[in-house]
Amino acid sequence: MANLTLIQAVNDGLKAAMRDDPTTLVFGEDVGPKGGVFLATEGLTAEFGEERCFDTPLSEDGIIGTAIGMAANGLRPIAEIQFQDFIFPAFDQIVSEAAKLRYRSGGQYTAPMVIRTPYGGGIRGGLYHSQSGEAYFSHTPGLKVVIPSTPHDAKGLLIAAINDPDPVLFMEPKALYRSVKGEVPEGSYTVELSTLRTVREGKDVTVFCYGAMVPVVERAAATAAESGIECNIVDLRTLMPLDEEGVLEAAKSTGRVVTVHEAPRFCGYGAEISAMIAENVIEYMEAPIRRVTGFDTPFPNTLEHHYLPDERRVLDAIEAVHSF
Amino acid sequence: MSDSLQILAADGTLVGERPALDDSALHDLFEHMLRVRCLDERMLKLQRAGRVGFVGTVLGSEAAAIGSASALAREDWLWSGLREGGAAVMRGLPLSEYVAQMYCNANDTAKGRQMCNHFQHKGSHYPSWSSVIGTQMPHAVGAAFASQSRGEKAVHAVYFGDGATSSNGFHSGMNFAGTWKLPVVFVCVDNGWAISVPSGNQTEGEYEDKGIAYGIPAMKIDGNDVLACRQAMADATERARAGEGPSLLVLKTYRMLGHSSSDDPTKYRSEEEVQSWREKDPIDRFEIWLTQEGVLSEGERKTMEVELTEEIDNAIHEQESAPPMALKTLVEDVYEDVPTHLKRQYNAFASVAERYGSATVGDGAFPL
Repeated sequence: MANLTLIQAVNDGLKAAMRDDPTTLVFGEDVGPKGGVFLATEGLTAEFGEERCFDTPLSEDGIIGTAIGMAANGLRPIAEIQFQDFIFPAFDQIVSEAAKLRYRSGGQYTAPMVIRTPYGGGIRGGLYHSQSGEAYFSHTPGLKVVIPSTPHDAKGLLIAAINDPDPVLFMEPKALYRSVKGEVPEGSYTVELSTLRTVREGKDVTVFCYGAMVPVVERAAATAAESGIECNIVDLRTLMPLDEEGVLEAAKSTGRVVTVHEAPRFCGYGAEISAMIAENVIEYMEAPIRRVTGFDTPFPNTLEHHYLPDERRVLDAIEAVHSF
Repeated sequence: MSDSLQILAADGTLVGERPALDDSALHDLFEHMLRVRCLDERMLKLQRAGRVGFVGTVLGSEAAAIGSASALAREDWLWSGLREGGAAVMRGLPLSEYVAQMYCNANDTAKGRQMCNHFQHKGSHYPSWSSVIGTQMPHAVGAAFASQSRGEKAVHAVYFGDGATSSNGFHSGMNFAGTWKLPVVFVCVDNGWAISVPSGNQTEGEYEDKGIAYGIPAMKIDGNDVLACRQAMADATERARAGEGPSLLVLKTYRMLGHSSSDDPTKYRSEEEVQSWREKDPIDRFEIWLTQEGVLSEGERKTMEVELTEEIDNAIHEQESAPPMALKTLVEDVYEDVPTHLKRQYNAFASVAERYGSATVGDGAFPL
């Protein structure tokens, strides 16, 4: 066990996967000798050579498009998109090609690949270094969407994603890159995709969250506990395919639900969770579901701390569903 | 077309070097071209009869598709656009599978998920194509990277039209292939039209000049000259196999019919223009020369057409009796395993389908 930050755990996971599987390779913008703008790929070129960790021309469309060709021809590409905000030139390649190749070819061709990308706010990055685009991608059949919130999960989920036979978008909460630390096993291990993590058990209110919102919700829950409200916090970890059974069980267990994400509200991931609960277990609900989200606006710079759901807004929602 | 590679002039005169092909190979090449034309004509008839939904023919550009692809080796890959299905047949796609894809039936290897005319054939390295223009170019580049990384000699030929040179994939694909010096041959089949937009309206430059920007040697070829198309591909693959990197071939030809069976080209182009290209027909000119050379006998083309059409009709008959599509294919192959939420969605659907009698044996629920 080593005590690592989330970004160190990602780096450790990449190294473990590359040691295990000689067909894996890492590429993207500035991921080579520099080691990436956040240093996620630090040391990879030195250890694995520039054949397996290298810089590409500056084209997201090219990065993902070539990754698909590599994956279809026997390699296990791990592509980095420097910021999730820059992924949209590759949206076509991800949505029309990687996600649909297996289906449209009747399983004759597949694209087992991982796209790693830092997402989310909290670093004063403004509109184009802060977005949370998980809803666009969770709406894409054929793609898996994974978001870790702890160093342990970051490494275990990343290795599971790399081993997965289908394309995985691995979204890393950049706000947590260096702000969380935790015990991480050495060597290779996996955390199974499409499983939930119970962050905190509680009988009163269930809070669904993921990524950088998890520590925010934990702080809100600690404050709520001071006034006797016990929260059941669920870290979704894999948004697609989601463990729907687990979500419904967790919702039923308290009958009161809050969802939290930093992405905009309209058609956001919280809307899917709410609809799923309404459709399947509404008879267990004691209160309307509350969503705590970013605004339906572009992402601001100076006021980002007000745009992002914070402990007070989460606590307010917890209290509202509890006292309903 | 004086500055483009030409071996066989429009009137069938040999104006370049005679290819190093024996009579039997030349005869085969002619037969492959003729088979594609017969296929197109037969598929159009089926479309008009309402049995096939959509046909995108290669009619008039058979030399471009067949001539160039005939120079590929077995281990090479052909990344296609809409009109290279005939090249797949030449490289091993069985005719009955071709027809199954046109019928989108249960025998279709793509399980009827793609619309008609979107072929694939794993056996000859002909990957599934999407309808999105230009996306296959970076795929070919990535796959060439993979082949090269294993020390294989496979070359990846990627086909696209004049319109696709305006797409993202053209620029990212060419740029990555040039930068990484990969064994890729970019084949631009400039057939004059991207649906209704003439090829001169895609760019102010010349297509073959686009190679310069990426450090990729490019060449313009008479795309109605099967021998020139074959020679250009042979040179490009030799270059690629020698580790000298990618090439761009611009095959100048003409789309004699509409973009597809859903398009009426008389709305946007003149009969005079079409007629001028009819006089450069790739099969007619090859036939003239082969007859002069004694490879084809007088009237042999007619006999071959009858035989080829019969062969195609046999494949069609085979596909007329395909079993019904299994309903579970609705949710299969989205991921390697069918995830729980898709099983649940399918089961809900299947219970309604059963109630109304539209489900058949074997369509029942997934165990949850």
